[in-house]
Amino acid sequence: MEKLIEILENLHEGIDYETCETLIDDGILDSLDIVTLITDINDAFDVAIPPEEILPENFNSAKAIFALIEKLDNI
Amino acid sequence: MSFASFEFLAFLAILTLVYFIVPKKVQWIVLLLGSVVFYAFAGLVSFFFLFFAIVISFITVQVLGKRHAALKKYLEDTKDTLTKDERKAYRAKHKNGSLLIVCIGILLLTLSLVYVKYLSGFSFKNGVSFGSGAISFGSTLLEVMGISYYTFISIGYMIDVYREKAAVEKNFFRHALFVSFFPQLAMGPISRYADTGEQLKTPHSFEAKEAWCGLLRILWGFFKKLVVADAIAPAIGAIVGKQLGGIYFILLCLFYSIRIYGDFTGGIDIVLGAAQILGIKLPENFNRPFSSKSTAEYWNRWHMTMGNWFTNYIFYPLSLTKTMQKLSKWGRAKLGVGVGKRLPVYTATIITWLATGLWHGIAWNFVVWGLLNGVVILISQELNPLYEKFRAKFPKLWNSAPYQSFMAIRTFLLMSLIRVFDCYCDVPLTFNRFFSIFYTFNIADIWNGGIMNIKVTATQYIIIAVGIVIMTAVSRLSIKRPLRETLWEKPILGNAVLALLCIAILVFGSYGLGFDASAFIYGGTFN
Amino acid sequence: MKKVIRIISFVCALLIVLGAVLYFGAVLQDARLDNREGHLLCGYYDTTDMHDVIFIGDCEVYEGFVPATLFEEYGITSYVRGSSQQTVWQSYHILEETLERETPKAVVFNVLALKYGETPLEEISRMSLEDMEWSGSKLEAIKASMTEEESLLSYFLPLLRYHSRWSDLDGDDFKYAFDKHQDITHQGYLMQTKIDPVDISDNRQPDDLLNVALPKRAIEYLDKMTALCKEKGVELILVKAPTNSIRYYWYPEWDAQMVDYAEKNGLVYYSLVGKDDEIGLDWSQDTYDKGLHLNVYGAEKFTSYFGKILAENHAIPDHRSDAELSAIWGARIDAYYKERNGEK
Repeated sequence: MEKLIEILENLHEGIDYETCETLIDDGILDSLDIVTLITDINDAFDVAIPPEEILPENFNSAKAIFALIEKLDNI
Repeated sequence: MSFASFEFLAFLAILTLVYFIVPKKVQWIVLLLGSVVFYAFAGLVSFFFLFFAIVISFITVQVLGKRHAALKKYLEDTKDTLTKDERKAYRAKHKNGSLLIVCIGILLLTLSLVYVKYLSGFSFKNGVSFGSGAISFGSTLLEVMGISYYTFISIGYMIDVYREKAAVEKNFFRHALFVSFFPQLAMGPISRYADTGEQLKTPHSFEAKEAWCGLLRILWGFFKKLVVADAIAPAIGAIVGKQLGGIYFILLCLFYSIRIYGDFTGGIDIVLGAAQILGIKLPENFNRPFSSKSTAEYWNRWHMTMGNWFTNYIFYPLSLTKTMQKLSKWGRAKLGVGVGKRLPVYTATIITWLATGLWHGIAWNFVVWGLLNGVVILISQELNPLYEKFRAKFPKLWNSAPYQSFMAIRTFLLMSLIRVFDCYCDVPLTFNRFFSIFYTFNIADIWNGGIMNIKVTATQYIIIAVGIVIMTAVSRLSIKRPLRETLWEKPILGNAVLALLCIAILVFGSYGLGFDASAFIYGGTFN
Repeated sequence: MKKVIRIISFVCALLIVLGAVLYFGAVLQDARLDNREGHLLCGYYDTTDMHDVIFIGDCEVYEGFVPATLFEEYGITSYVRGSSQQTVWQSYHILEETLERETPKAVVFNVLALKYGETPLEEISRMSLEDMEWSGSKLEAIKASMTEEESLLSYFLPLLRYHSRWSDLDGDDFKYAFDKHQDITHQGYLMQTKIDPVDISDNRQPDDLLNVALPKRAIEYLDKMTALCKEKGVELILVKAPTNSIRYYWYPEWDAQMVDYAEKNGLVYYSLVGKDDEIGLDWSQDTYDKGLHLNVYGAEKFTSYFGKILAENHAIPDHRSDAELSAIWGARIDAYYKERNGEK
C-alpha cells in the first residue's frame, strides 16, 4: 500500500490519497494519469492491469486500486 | 428525415402515441419498428449496412457468450482435478480464442465503415490524389445514414461482452433495437450497453414530467440550432467563400465555434429530449464544454460519448498492450525514466487522436485537426507541473474569478482555432488565412460596416447576440440540475417559457424557404 | 391542485402559440402591401352578377382585357381572372372554381403560360394561390404548383413561409393585418397609365428555342380545361395577346402547335402577335414597360379589337338595353374613368 501511495504522490502532489475517495469522479486523475499509473503499478507489483478493469470504481481511491492489484494477483 | 423538420416532429408524435397505447410488453417492438421506418426514409443502401452491422455484432456476441459459459463450466468441473496454474493457463488460452473472435467481428465492421466512408467512391480511372484538401479517391462517397455511430455502438458492445462487462442479448430483434435505436444514429450519442441495453427492454409508463421536460429540451435544441447556429452560418460561408483574412479570420473562429456549439449541442438536445419523452435516458454528450479550463478538460466535456469510446476502446487497450509496456521499459533503460514513462502515453495519445480525426472524415484537415488536439493535450500535460507550482505559490490568484475566466477563454480560443480547419477543408489555406492576422488586420471593418457585408444584417446580429446571451444564461443556470427540471416545478413560468420558445423559434428561426435549409453539420459532413 | 395548474397553463401555452402563429402569420404575409399584383383574384369572390365572358391567364390577360371597355362598346359582361405568372394548372383550377359559381358563354384563355412545364417562381406562384378563397380547387392548385422545397403546411400557416420578413416590419403592418384586401382592379383588369415606349435601338434577338415542343404537363392541363368547358357547355377560346418583347417572345413553333391543338379539339385560336396594324397598336404609346405589357391605352385598343371578334364571331349578346345591368356597369365604368383620368 505504501508503495502505491508513493507512486500516486509522484503523479500529483498535495492530495491526501489515504482518504480521497473521488479520484476519478472529481477528475483528479485523467486518462493520461491512469495510463502512467498503470504502467508504474505493473512495474512495481508485477501484475498486468487489463483495460477492462479501468472502471471508475476501481480507481476512485488508493484503497480500491490496491484491492484491484490484490485481486489480479490472486487469480 | 432531418431532426429539424416537421416530418420528424410528426413522426415522433405518432410514435409516442402508439408507444404508450400498446401493451407494455410490446413497447420495444414499437421502438424497433420506429427505427425501421426512420431508416426506410434513408433508403435501401443505408438499410443494408445497418442490417450487416446488426447481424455481425449479434453473431459475435452470441459466440462470445457461449464461450464464456463453456469456460465457466469447465473451471467449475475441474475445480478439484486441476492445479491453479493449469487452470490459469487454460483460462489464458481460452481468452485468446475469444479475442480472435471479437477481433474478427471488429474487423468486419471496421471494413464496412472504411468502405463506406473512404473507399466507396474509389475508381481506378481517377486514381488517388493527395492534394492539399481532401484525400480524394475519385467520385463521391456512398451516403449511409448513421454508419459511424452504429458501427461504434456495435464494436463497443462486442468488446464489452468480450470483457464480460455487458450481458449477452439473446433475442435478435432486441439486439437490433439496441444497435439501431433511431434518435442516436444521426449524431450520437454513442451509447454503451450499460447505458441503454436494459432500458430499451423494460416497459415504460407515460410520465408527465419526462414528457414535458423532453419537449422543452427538444424546443431548446431547435432554438440553439435554428435561431443561433443556422443564423450565423451565412456569415461563415461568406468569409470562407471570399477567403477573407485578418479580423475576419478571428470572427470566423468565433462564429464557427458558436455555430458548431448551437448545431451540435442543439441536435443532441433534440435527440435526448425525444428519447426522454419515450422514457429512455440516453447518455449525455456535453457538459458545458465552453467552461473548460484546459484542452483535456474540454474533451471530457465535449462530445463525451465519443471521447469515452476512444479512451475505453482505443487509448487504454493501446497504451496497455505488451508492446507498449515493453517500449516503456526499453525507454526507461535507454532514454531515462522520464522519457520511458511517457512513451506509451504519448504514442497512444497521438494514435488515438489520429484515429479520432480520421473517424470524422478522410481529409488532411481532419488529420491535422486530430494531431493538433493530441499535441496540445500533451503540451499542456508537460506544462502541468509548472501550473501546479504557480497554483501552489499563488492560490488566491489561481482561484480568483478573473484567472478562472482567463483559463476558460484561453481554452475556448485555442479550441476555436483548431476547429477552424473544418471550415476551409484545406490545410495550407487555413494556415495562410491564419497568418493574415499579422499583416492585414483591418480592424476598422468592425465599425465601418464591413462586417455587415457578410450576408448577416444588423438586426440578425442582434438576434444572434441575444440568443448567445440566453444560451450562456441557461448553461449557467443548469450547473446543479438542468433548468428545465427547475421550470417543471414552476408550471406557470415553465409553460410561459415553453410558449415563448416556440414563438421565438417560429419567427426568428432560420428555416423554410428564403434560408438555406442547412442540415446538421454533424449529421452531414461529419456523418 | 398543482396538477390542474400544470394542465391549464400547458393548454394556455399551446393556445398562445397557436394565436401567435396565426397573428404573426397574417401580419408577415401581408408585409408586401406595396405589390399591386398581389391581390388580383380576390375581388371576384365579392361579385354577385353573372358574366358572359371570363378571361383566364397571366399578365397579358389582366393588363390586356378591359371589361369596362367591352361593356361600353359592345355591351358584353365580363370578368378577368388573371394573376401574375399564372401557370396552366393554376388557370385550370381557377377556371374550375369559377365554373362552380357561374356558367358564362365563353372562356378566353391566353396561351403564353403554356411555355411553363413547372412552377417558374415560388414567390409569384404563391401570390396567385394565396389570393384564392379556400376550396377544393385551391387545395388542388396548391398541390399542382408546389415546388420541391415547399410544404403544404405553410399554406395553412403562412408564418412558416414568411417568418423571415420580421426584420422588415413596421407599425402599419400590424395595424392592417386583418383588414380585407382592397380590390384595386376593374373587374380583374389592373390599370397601368404610365407610358414607357419600346426602345427601338435595342436590337436583341430572341434566344434559340431549345425545346420546340411545349411542355407535356402544360398541354395536359390545357386538355383538362378543354374537357371541363365541354362538360359545362362553355366555349373555350384560345388567344395569344400582342407583345413586343424579347423576354415574352412567342415563337412561331409554339404558335404552330396551338393552331394544331385548336384544330384537333375543335376550338378557335386567335394569334394576335404581329397584328399591331390591324389592332392599331403603337408601341411608342401603348406600353408602360418597353413593350413587355400594354398600358391602359393599348389595352383599350386591344379590347376594342377583340370585343368585335367576340360579338361577331361568337355571338356574345349586347346587354346595354338591360337597365339593371347598365346601372351596375355604369358605376363600374365611372370608377374606371376616374382612375384613368388620374382622379384617384
